[in-house]
Amino acid sequence: MQFLADFLPAGVAMHAPALIVVIPLITAALAALMPNGRVAWIVALITAAAVALLSLNLLGQVMDEGVISYHMGGWAPPLGIEYRVDMLNVALLLLVGFVGLLCVFYALPSVADEIAENKQALFYSAFLVCFAGLLGVTITGDAFNVFVFLEISSISTYVLIAMGAGKDRRALTASYNYLILGTIGATFFVIGVGFLYMATGTLNMADMAAILEANGHNRVSQAAFAFIVVGLGLKAAMFPLHVWLPNAYAFAPNFVTAFLASTATKVAFYALIRFLFSVFHPDVSFVEMSFVWLFAVVGTIAMVVASLQAVFQTDARRLLAYSSVAQVGYMMLGLGMGTASGLSAGLLHLMNHALMKGALFMALGAFALNFGVRRIKDLAGMGKTMPASAMAFTIAGLSLVGVPLTVGFTSKWYLVTAALERGWWWAVAALMLSSLLALAYVARLLSAIWMDSPPTHHGELTQRRLAPWMVLVPMSILALANIYFFFHADPLVWLARSAAEAVMGGS
Amino acid sequence: MLEILAERFNYIPIIILMMIGLYVVIATGNLVKRLVGLSIFQTSVFLLYITIGKVFGGAPPILEDYKADDGYGHGGEGEAYGAAEAGHAAEAAAGHGADQAAPAADAAHQAAEVLYSNPLPHVLILTAIVVGVATLAVGLALVVRIREAYGTIEDDALNTADYSLESGSAE
Amino acid sequence: MWTPELSLALALAIPAIGGVFVALLGSRPNLREAATLIAAVLLALNVAYLVEVAQGHPTLNLATLAPGLHLVFKLEPLGAVFAAVASGLWIVNSLYSIGYMRGNNEKNQTRFYVCFCIAIAGAMGVALSGNLLTMFLFYEVLTLSTYPLVTHKGDAKAKRGGAIYLSILLGTSIGLLLPAVIATHFLAGSTDFIAGGLLAVNEITPAISSVLLVLFAFGIGKAALMPVHPWLPNAMVAPTPVSALLHAVAVVKAGVFAMLKVGTYIFGPELIAITPAADALAWIAGISIVLASVVAMTKDNLKARLAFSTVSQLSYVTLGVMLGSPLAMLGGALQIVMHAWGKITLFMSAGAIYTATGKTEISQMNGLGRYMPWLFGAYTIGALSIIGLPPLGGSWPKLFLLQGAWDSGQAWLMVALIASSILNVAYLLPLSARGFFSPPEEAKLKKQPPMLVILPPVITALGVVVLFFLIGPLRDYLAPVFLSSTLAAEAAL
Repeated sequence: MQFLADFLPAGVAMHAPALIVVIPLITAALAALMPNGRVAWIVALITAAAVALLSLNLLGQVMDEGVISYHMGGWAPPLGIEYRVDMLNVALLLLVGFVGLLCVFYALPSVADEIAENKQALFYSAFLVCFAGLLGVTITGDAFNVFVFLEISSISTYVLIAMGAGKDRRALTASYNYLILGTIGATFFVIGVGFLYMATGTLNMADMAAILEANGHNRVSQAAFAFIVVGLGLKAAMFPLHVWLPNAYAFAPNFVTAFLASTATKVAFYALIRFLFSVFHPDVSFVEMSFVWLFAVVGTIAMVVASLQAVFQTDARRLLAYSSVAQVGYMMLGLGMGTASGLSAGLLHLMNHALMKGALFMALGAFALNFGVRRIKDLAGMGKTMPASAMAFTIAGLSLVGVPLTVGFTSKWYLVTAALERGWWWAVAALMLSSLLALAYVARLLSAIWMDSPPTHHGELTQRRLAPWMVLVPMSILALANIYFFFHADPLVWLARSAAEAVMGGS
Repeated sequence: MLEILAERFNYIPIIILMMIGLYVVIATGNLVKRLVGLSIFQTSVFLLYITIGKVFGGAPPILEDYKADDGYGHGGEGEAYGAAEAGHAAEAAAGHGADQAAPAADAAHQAAEVLYSNPLPHVLILTAIVVGVATLAVGLALVVRIREAYGTIEDDALNTADYSLESGSAE
Repeated sequence: MWTPELSLALALAIPAIGGVFVALLGSRPNLREAATLIAAVLLALNVAYLVEVAQGHPTLNLATLAPGLHLVFKLEPLGAVFAAVASGLWIVNSLYSIGYMRGNNEKNQTRFYVCFCIAIAGAMGVALSGNLLTMFLFYEVLTLSTYPLVTHKGDAKAKRGGAIYLSILLGTSIGLLLPAVIATHFLAGSTDFIAGGLLAVNEITPAISSVLLVLFAFGIGKAALMPVHPWLPNAMVAPTPVSALLHAVAVVKAGVFAMLKVGTYIFGPELIAITPAADALAWIAGISIVLASVVAMTKDNLKARLAFSTVSQLSYVTLGVMLGSPLAMLGGALQIVMHAWGKITLFMSAGAIYTATGKTEISQMNGLGRYMPWLFGAYTIGALSIIGLPPLGGSWPKLFLLQGAWDSGQAWLMVALIASSILNVAYLLPLSARGFFSPPEEAKLKKQPPMLVILPPVITALGVVVLFFLIGPLRDYLAPVFLSSTLAAEAAL
C-alpha cells in the first residue's frame, strides 16, 4: 500500500486533493474549445484517467497518514477552505473516479450516436464540469463549498440530461423538472448551512462539529439539520423526494444515465452521511431519533414502494430508475440503523450498486446503440442478437436480485446481518420483500431478453450484431466486477468498514 | 413579544418572499413564471444570509495599516484583505479573508480596537447569486428548447403531450 | 497424489469441465454424448472413492468471500450417499436422455446437455457442502441451471411452467431460506454443519428455533412441502429426461437432502424434539403426504400423476426430519435413496411410452404392456417399491418412519403413512393393470422404442430390488450420522 502513496511525484501527491478537482475544471474549458467530439473525448479520457490515478494516490496517503487536511491556497482553516480526505470520502473518490473512467470509455460510441456532431465537444465539457462538481462535493471540508460544488454538478447535470432531447423530447421537460426540484433542494441545503453558520460562526465542517459539541444544540441547529436533510435527501433521491429521478434517467442520453446512476446519488448520500456524523453527532438526541424515525422508515418504504412501481413500468430505463430509488432505500436503511455495521453495510451496498447499475445501464445503452431499444418489449430476443451485452445485463440483473455468485448477494447478507444485530426483524422482512419484487422486475427484463424471439424484418430474423468494443469492454468489466467482488469481497468490505468506522469511531 | 419582533424583523420579509416564491413554483402552470418564483425563493435566502451578517456599527473591512510578516499573514484582522476575485467561484469565494464572524443572533464580539463589518456573508451570497443566475440561464434555455419542441410552455399542455406520448407507445 | 481433498474438488470440477466439453463439441453429436457419458462415469468413480473416505470428514476450503464467510466442502456420510445416488443415476439418465432426445428429435440438444452438467455440478455442491452458505449457493445454481431445461420446448406452455418454477423456487429461497441462513449465521457466528446441531450447541430459545424451522421448511422449496409444491407439477412441461432428473436425481433430492442436513447438522434431533413448530410441521408433512396422493389420483396425465406422487413421497423425508427422532431421520435418509431409484424408473417408463406412442394420458395407454413387456414390468416394480412392498427397496424407509412416528408419540402420523401406501396402490398400479390386462386400442405400435429408452428403466428397476438387500450396509453407513441410539433401537426391530 506504500506504493499507492508514492507512485506520484511528491509535488503532485502533495496537491492531489486540489488537483483532483482542478484538473477536470480546467479540461472542461479545454474540451469546450475542441473542434470535434472525438478530440474532446480524448481530453475527457485523459482527465478521467488522471482523476482515477489521483484517487488511488489519495487512498495510499490516507491509509498511510490517516486524515489528510489540505489547505486550499495555503489559507489555514477554519478561515480558509479545507479539503479533508478520510477513509469515507476516499472510498467515494475511488468510486467516482473509476466508474467515471469506465463510463468515458463507453461514451465515445454512445455519444456519437445520440448527440449531434456539433454539440459533442460542449457535451463532454459539461460532463467534465459535472465530474469536477461531484469530486468537489466528495472532497471538500467546508460546508458552503459543498453547496457550491453541488450546484456545479447539478447545473451541468441539467444540461447533460436535456441533451437527450435529440432522441426524445421528453428529456427537456424531465431536465426542467429536475432543475426546479434540484434548485429548491439546493436552496434548502444552503438555508441549512446558513443556520449552521448562525449557530457556530464558522463554515468549516470540523470546526462546526467542535463548536456544536462544546456549546450544545439549540433550535437553530435543529432547524439547520432539518433543512440540510431535506436538501440533500432530494439530491440523493430519498423517498418521497425522488420524483425527478425516473424521468431524468429514462430520457437522458445513455452515457449520462450510466454515469449518474453510479455516481450522483451516491455522492449526495455521502454528503448526507458527512453532515450527520461529522458535523452533527449521532449521539445528539434529534439526530439519533432521525435515524430510526426518518431514515430507516423512509428507506424501508422506498425499498418496497419503489420496487413495486418498478414492476409496472413499460420503459426499460424507467424501470431501472425506480429500482435505483429502491436501492437508495437500502442505503438509507443501513444508515438508519445508526450502528457501524449498519452504516458499513449501507456503504458496501452503495459501492456494489454502482457496479450493478453501471453495468445495467451500459448494457441498455448498448442495446439502444445497435437497435434503438427503449421499451421492455423492444428487448425481445436480445439474448440471440447481442449475446455478450445480454450476458452482462443478466449478471448485473441477478446481482440486483441478490443471487449468490454476484456481489449483490454480499451486500444483502451484510444488510440483513446488520438488521438482525439491531433486532429489526421488520427490516429483514422488508429487505426480503423488496428482493422478491426485484426478482419480479428483473425476471420481466430477462425473460424478454432470453425467452422471446427477436423481431423479424421483412420475414428475416434480426442478425446478430456485436456492440462496439468501446462499449463492450467497460460494460464487461463492470459486469465481471460483480462476480469478482463476490469471491474477493474483502477489499470492498474492508473499505466500507473503514469508512464507517472513520465517521462513527472518530467523531 | 414586540421586542422579539423588533429584534428579528428581518426574518419577516425573508419568510414572506420564501413563501411567495415557493407558492409561485407550485401554483403556476407557466414554465417561465415558475423560474421567476424560483428566483424569488432564492432571493429570500440571499436576504437571510445578508441580514444575519449585519454588524451594527461595523466599519468597512479594509485595513488601514497593513502589517505583513509572512505571505500567509497571521493575526485575525490582518486577513481582511483578499476579497473574492479568483476565477473559479469554487475555490475563490467562500472562506478567503474572513473575519471572526459575528452573527446577528448572538452578541457581537469586539475586535481588539476596531469593529469591522463581516464580509463573509456577502461573499457567500455573491457566490449564491452567481449560482442562481446560472440556474436561471439554464432554465430559460430549457424553456426556449421546450417551446421549440412542444410549441407551448404551459405545464398542463406539456403533461398531456408527454403522457399521451407515453400511453401512445405503451401496449 | 490422490487425496480426499482433491477428490472433493474433482466432484465439482468433473461435471463443470464436462459441460465445457459438451458445449465445445456441440456440432458433433456423438462426441458430445460421449463427453457426457465419460464425465458421468468419471464422476461416479470419484464419488465411489468419496464414499469410502467419508468417515474421515475430509474438508476443502473453496474460497473465503469475506471475513467469516467461507465456501467449504465437508464430506460426511449423508452427503456421500446423496452424491452417490446423483452420480450413479446420472449415468443411467444420460443413456436415457440420448435415447429420448434422439428418438423424439428434440431441438437445442447441446444446451440441454450443458445445463445437465451444470445442474449435476450444483447437486454435487449441495451434497458436499460444509456450511449453509455453500449449500445455498449451489442450491441456487441448481435452480438457475435447471430453468433452461424446464423451458426446453420453448412454447408458451413451457414458458409459463418455467415462470412458475422459477418464481416459486427463487421466491422461497430468497424470501425465506436466505433470511434463515443469515439469521443462523447471526445467532451462531457461522453456518457450519456440526454434529449434534449448530444451533443446539448455541442454545437458542424454542421460539426462535420454531421461527427458523418454519423458514427453513418452506424456504427449501425444492422439498415441495405443501403449499410451496406447485413448481413441481408445473415443471412437467420439461422433456422426460429432465423430469427424471428433477424427480429422482438432482433437484428434489437436493431439496429433501438439504432439509435433512439442516435438521441433522443445524438443529439436531434433540433440538427439533423440543421445538414447538416441529410438531405442526410434521402434521403439515403428513397432510402433504395424503393430500398429494389424493390429487394424484385425479390426474390422467401420467407425468402429472407422478409429479404429485413425488410431492407426497418427498414429504416422507420432511416428516422424518420433523419427528425429531433419529430413527425417523434415518428413514428419511433411506427414502432419498429408495425413492430416487424407484421414481426414476417410473418417469423413464413414462418417457419411453411417449417416445414409442406419443401418448401422455393414462386412459389412452390400454394394452401397451403387451408390446413393451419389459418396460411395463420395470414400471410395476418401481411402483411396488414406492408403495412399499418387500422385497423392494422402498419398504425400508416406510418401516423406519413408522417406527420413528411410534417412538415420538405421533401415532396418528403412522395412519398417514399407511393411508399413503394404500393411495399409492390406487394411483400407481392402474397403469400396470391397464397395460397388461386391458385390450389394446391399436393393433400395433407406431414404432419400436429405441433400446436406450427401455434399458435404463429396467436397470433401475433391478436396482430397486438389489437395494432391498443392501439395507444392512446402508443402515450401518448412515447410522453414525444420527444418534448411536439408532442402532440400539434398530436392534429391537
